[in-house]
Amino acid sequence: MRREPPQRLGDYGPLFFPAGMLTVFFVVPFATMIAVSFFQREQGGFYQPAFVLDNYARFLSLFFGRVLGFSLMLAIAVAIACVVIGIPFTYLLSRSKRKIQILWLVALLSILSLSEVMIGFAWSTLFSRTAGLTNLFVWLGLMTQPQALTPSFGAVMTAMTYQAFPYTVLVLYPALVRLDPTLTEAARTLGASPVKAFFTVVVPALRNTILATLIMVFIFALGSYLLPQLLGRPQHWTLSVLITDQAIYQSNMPFAAAMAVFLVLVTLALVGLALYAGRQKEAA
Amino acid sequence: MTALRRLFFFVVGLFLALPLIVVAGVSINEKQTLAFPPQGFSLSWYGEIFTNSEWRNALIASVTLAALSAALALLVALPLAWFLWRRVAPWANIFRLLGVAPFTLPPVITALGLLTFWATTGFYGQPWTAVISHAIFFVTLPLVTLSLGFTAIDRSLVEAAATMGADDRTIFRTVVMPLILPYVVSGYAFAFVLSLNEYIVAYMTVGFTMETLPIKIFNALRYGYTPTMASVTVLFLAIAAVVFGLVARFGDLPKLLGAMAEDK
Repeated sequence: MRREPPQRLGDYGPLFFPAGMLTVFFVVPFATMIAVSFFQREQGGFYQPAFVLDNYARFLSLFFGRVLGFSLMLAIAVAIACVVIGIPFTYLLSRSKRKIQILWLVALLSILSLSEVMIGFAWSTLFSRTAGLTNLFVWLGLMTQPQALTPSFGAVMTAMTYQAFPYTVLVLYPALVRLDPTLTEAARTLGASPVKAFFTVVVPALRNTILATLIMVFIFALGSYLLPQLLGRPQHWTLSVLITDQAIYQSNMPFAAAMAVFLVLVTLALVGLALYAGRQKEAA
Repeated sequence: MTALRRLFFFVVGLFLALPLIVVAGVSINEKQTLAFPPQGFSLSWYGEIFTNSEWRNALIASVTLAALSAALALLVALPLAWFLWRRVAPWANIFRLLGVAPFTLPPVITALGLLTFWATTGFYGQPWTAVISHAIFFVTLPLVTLSLGFTAIDRSLVEAAATMGADDRTIFRTVVMPLILPYVVSGYAFAFVLSLNEYIVAYMTVGFTMETLPIKIFNALRYGYTPTMASVTVLFLAIAAVVFGLVARFGDLPKLLGAMAEDK
């Protein structure tokens, strides 16, 4: 079949409904949010159309700087942890039998789709005093009495790594499946150990994929909003938590919108970078 | 090496399974306690999901929302993917981009955009706004699976049908639809499961008028933990595992995932 440009109005038919829906319910809300970010906040949670930069000016505060710095640091730490475990794992997975691969993929998808609320609940139970890990340590004689491990930075970090790990594997999976197996075979024939072949052949060959994955996971982690709330202290709150808090509990929509716009800009810049890294030819 | 590999898989598996094992254990406690190992054995916390009217209503709300929003997402994605495959119209790719955007950005952004939109238009809090919001938020999933499905169709089949005088509508119904059906089903399945579990968009759009299960759990967490939260978590995990297991059973999961990330 020749693909032709649409000629008659009727040829555009299939496009009407999707285009309309996406425009009305994504583009317009997005534009509304940007507009609200310039609005003037009134007492009592309302806001007035205006064009003020106050909401953006608040970014310059020390508090905001600290939250932003912490969010970025946390997301980077999670991304690095996930990629460092994810690359050897996905590499081994892509070389496993098909049946085993499917089993893992189903498990990873199930965990990935699990609600953030449930992941938070599961980890807070695991880190609790009554039902938690420390009971196991006591039983093993490593500790004298059980204790709660939340709220703490370690708990937030662990749960976010847990949440982002399946995502990392699924992002890496296609690239590693397609990786030419003869590359490592050649290295092995020349006498490299499997571990050495992995670090000297696989990792360098995937340099750009790894960079793109780091960025993707970073963005994913940046979106986490419940885990810092459920497992951390207020100083562990991230930008996503702060946006929700301002919008819902402080009823300061203009400020929440301004922060969201800022987050979009950060994300878009990173997506651009990830696409650029992904497009670069893989150096063999 | 095999031993080392097994050990590595085991450690990762343990990390992934540990919280779920504890949750599953907690869910069978006899009394209302989050003890682990569980004290006594009882499935009453699973019964609670269906007998306690609050939990049951939340379950019904979640399932209804997921079923409707996934269907709507499909209705948006199918004609769009068909058009992009059928016609040469590079400018129309902007809509593909719009379809993928809500899923790529941090979810709080889409949630806040929809919140301001529904508040401005005066529909804030209506249950149907959550259906539209979720459909837009998850349209990426059917869009990506369907785009993949269309590229797998041999264009000469469609050409043959066209030569024999079939119009677009007939071609779509008799040739394309049967070939694309597995991708339609998996696209729906992905959107359904994710909508079932979604929290922030649902919370920001209808959080004060309607309780889905994730919202219900989050609200309940403030007043203390009950084993019902654990049983709901196990139930949702089981639903996801069954759905994705079926997708794997009747489709090519590695291929589906291989191309999904490629599209991003």
